[in-house]
Amino acid sequence: MLRFLRTRLQQGTRTSPFPGGEADFPERFRGRPTFDPSRCAEDCAPGRAARPSDLVTTGDDGRPRLDIGACLFAPEEAAACPHQSIRFTADHRLASRAREELVTPDGELKLVEALDLKMRRLFGRSLRLRSVATGSCNGCESELVALGNVVFDMARFGIQFVASPRHADGLVITGAVSRNMTAALYRTYEAIPEPRLVIAVGACAINGGPFRGSPEVTNGTPSDLAVDLWVPGCPPHPLTVLDGLLRLLGRLSDKDRRPS
Amino acid sequence: MSGFDSLGLRNRRAIPLGSIVHEPIDAFRRTVGDAVRNEWRLAAFFGLPEAPGSTRLLAILADDQRGELGATSTLVGDRYPALTPDCTEAAYFEREVAEQCGVTPEGHPNLNPVRRHPPDHAVAVPSADTFDRERYLFSQIESMDIHEVAVGPVHAGIIEPGHFRFQAHGEEVLDLQIMLGYQHRGVERLLESLDRDRAVLVAESIAGDTVIGHAGAYCSAIEALARVRKTPRAQAIRGITLELERLANHIGDLGAIAGDIAYQPAAAYFGRMRGECLNILMILSGNRYGRGLIRPGGTLFDVPPAMVTDLRDRLQRLRSELAPVANLMLGHASVQARLEGVGKLPRETGLELGVVGPVARACDIPRDVRHDHPYGLFRFAHVPVATAWAGDALARTLVRWLEVQRSLDFVIEQVTSLPKGPIRVECGALRPNELVVAMSEGWRGEIVHVAITDAAGLVRRHKVVDPSFHNWPALAVSMPGNQISDFPLCNKSFNLSYAGHDL
Repeated sequence: MLRFLRTRLQQGTRTSPFPGGEADFPERFRGRPTFDPSRCAEDCAPGRAARPSDLVTTGDDGRPRLDIGACLFAPEEAAACPHQSIRFTADHRLASRAREELVTPDGELKLVEALDLKMRRLFGRSLRLRSVATGSCNGCESELVALGNVVFDMARFGIQFVASPRHADGLVITGAVSRNMTAALYRTYEAIPEPRLVIAVGACAINGGPFRGSPEVTNGTPSDLAVDLWVPGCPPHPLTVLDGLLRLLGRLSDKDRRPS
Repeated sequence: MSGFDSLGLRNRRAIPLGSIVHEPIDAFRRTVGDAVRNEWRLAAFFGLPEAPGSTRLLAILADDQRGELGATSTLVGDRYPALTPDCTEAAYFEREVAEQCGVTPEGHPNLNPVRRHPPDHAVAVPSADTFDRERYLFSQIESMDIHEVAVGPVHAGIIEPGHFRFQAHGEEVLDLQIMLGYQHRGVERLLESLDRDRAVLVAESIAGDTVIGHAGAYCSAIEALARVRKTPRAQAIRGITLELERLANHIGDLGAIAGDIAYQPAAAYFGRMRGECLNILMILSGNRYGRGLIRPGGTLFDVPPAMVTDLRDRLQRLRSELAPVANLMLGHASVQARLEGVGKLPRETGLELGVVGPVARACDIPRDVRHDHPYGLFRFAHVPVATAWAGDALARTLVRWLEVQRSLDFVIEQVTSLPKGPIRVECGALRPNELVVAMSEGWRGEIVHVAITDAAGLVRRHKVVDPSFHNWPALAVSMPGNQISDFPLCNKSFNLSYAGHDL
């Protein structure tokens, strides 16, 4: 018992000050990418600049766009542009309510808007989620597990992962949606009582990630599941997921990192 | 004599594909069977489609005592007499070959699919639409006293998908069958078809908790085929991060095992300290799992002197915080009693199945690529091999704790004595018609990447063997005799990768 108390004292309290305090990311951390079109050369074919992924796409106007949903946060995505037009910032806030909002001309993202009042009343103080990994590498799942540790301690906000879809308010999808897992994904979704949220976590769940184009995956969350929150990353940092969830529940104000 | 052992094949040394003999199938079966009975073991066994209408089976054999590799091959049509009846180690590999190449190993006792996908390395690829992904034959014990329990693919926690089918008498498990493949993404085909700058991102995503292990093996295979020599500094950074990955996962596993036996203090402390290791990887690479660090030719990030001091301080603090928690947990009589005897894997069974990594070392099979087939940093600096003998959940826990201590000492020593020089050299075109075997000791055990180039120097076949491929069958045989309620603990003590197995 004495030994236990001594260890307890030595370990101390390690919970992250999030959402208070400053985000403390190391210098090399690759958060939200930005794009400076003014650096682009005339003869540079957009789309070719960030070859390792589909981060750079072409908009309707023929001008390049950043698709942060497709970003794999690999150093080469920035290095591929010889004019340094793409750069990773330390901003961990990446989540979005709509898929098209992740496609931006300069990398600026609108912060997640809260659910409507009725949904906030239902889930705002207590949200139970069911995780389904479907053709993933286990990276996103590892970060979801980390949300439960003493540092991120998601439960202090009333958010928990539960064992059964019947007990859940929402579905968290990770992975590129493999053909072998598609049926189980739908059955889990259908087992969650309505109203239910769908949250797509990671580049794979958004557009297939590094596995995009393989005949064994369907390039992310199927279009007939209405997604309420998209969380880019490969894998997203636990604070990226937490930031998205808390904003969705109306627990963080626009400017502030603190709960409202 | 086939001369399979005199090819000069070693870990990460490429040889001409033409130097590997084609034996008739009978001689091939004899060569592999005799080798496995004499100190050799199967590190990889796979098919290579050859025109017209035939598949070349390749066996990569490893002699851990002498640090040597061997290879032999045979040409088969759509069927051949299976090796499995004389060589249990080949059983799971032959199921995989049957599935990937669409050839039938006749006389194989169990040809259930491994991952449930249409053949993707067959001479003639059938249409994916007609393929039945649900075809899997479970055996049942016929008795009024036996009940069947089916679990998964969606489990209670945040866990990857897999299906487990138990035959149980009361609480006692009589038989466990494991159906996997839910995470199958077609990794090998992607590695063979994508540009190198995209393929390396796929290699990093084979198993998201083994980024350094798989990316290191992938890049080493490419480097060997391009005849590139990494600088000592690049080798050191790769070796250090491989051990950091081992630390993060082993510490996480110690916490998860504590959580599964409801010993909450250790679960909380180890869980937090796992995060410390991930944060150290993030300081180095910008990503908590080390993504973006390892690339063909070396590494993308250096370790400047100021970072060395920071890393050393963090690691020393971690070392002083770890020991009291481990002693608290492992010194507890009730913790020991709870883990003892659970999921026992006898040494002989482990040898027969060809298990690797901490699972092997926990039943006194001292296999470790860093020691047996040393590469990179591990040729100059050694991490002692940690073993235990009981083969149960307690032994697997103890091996992890021993490895944590040894890796931590190793990393602290190496990070403060980094060799000088550049971190990356140019990695050019690959030599045509060559084969290379790149092995690496990931935290789960031996990772094998075999790459074969065609006449144009493009990757024609890239075979990946994750340690979990060897160890999943061992989990199934360790369960009978245990209670169903002990399965989560037993599973956790193995902690195998679904993604790494399913590819």
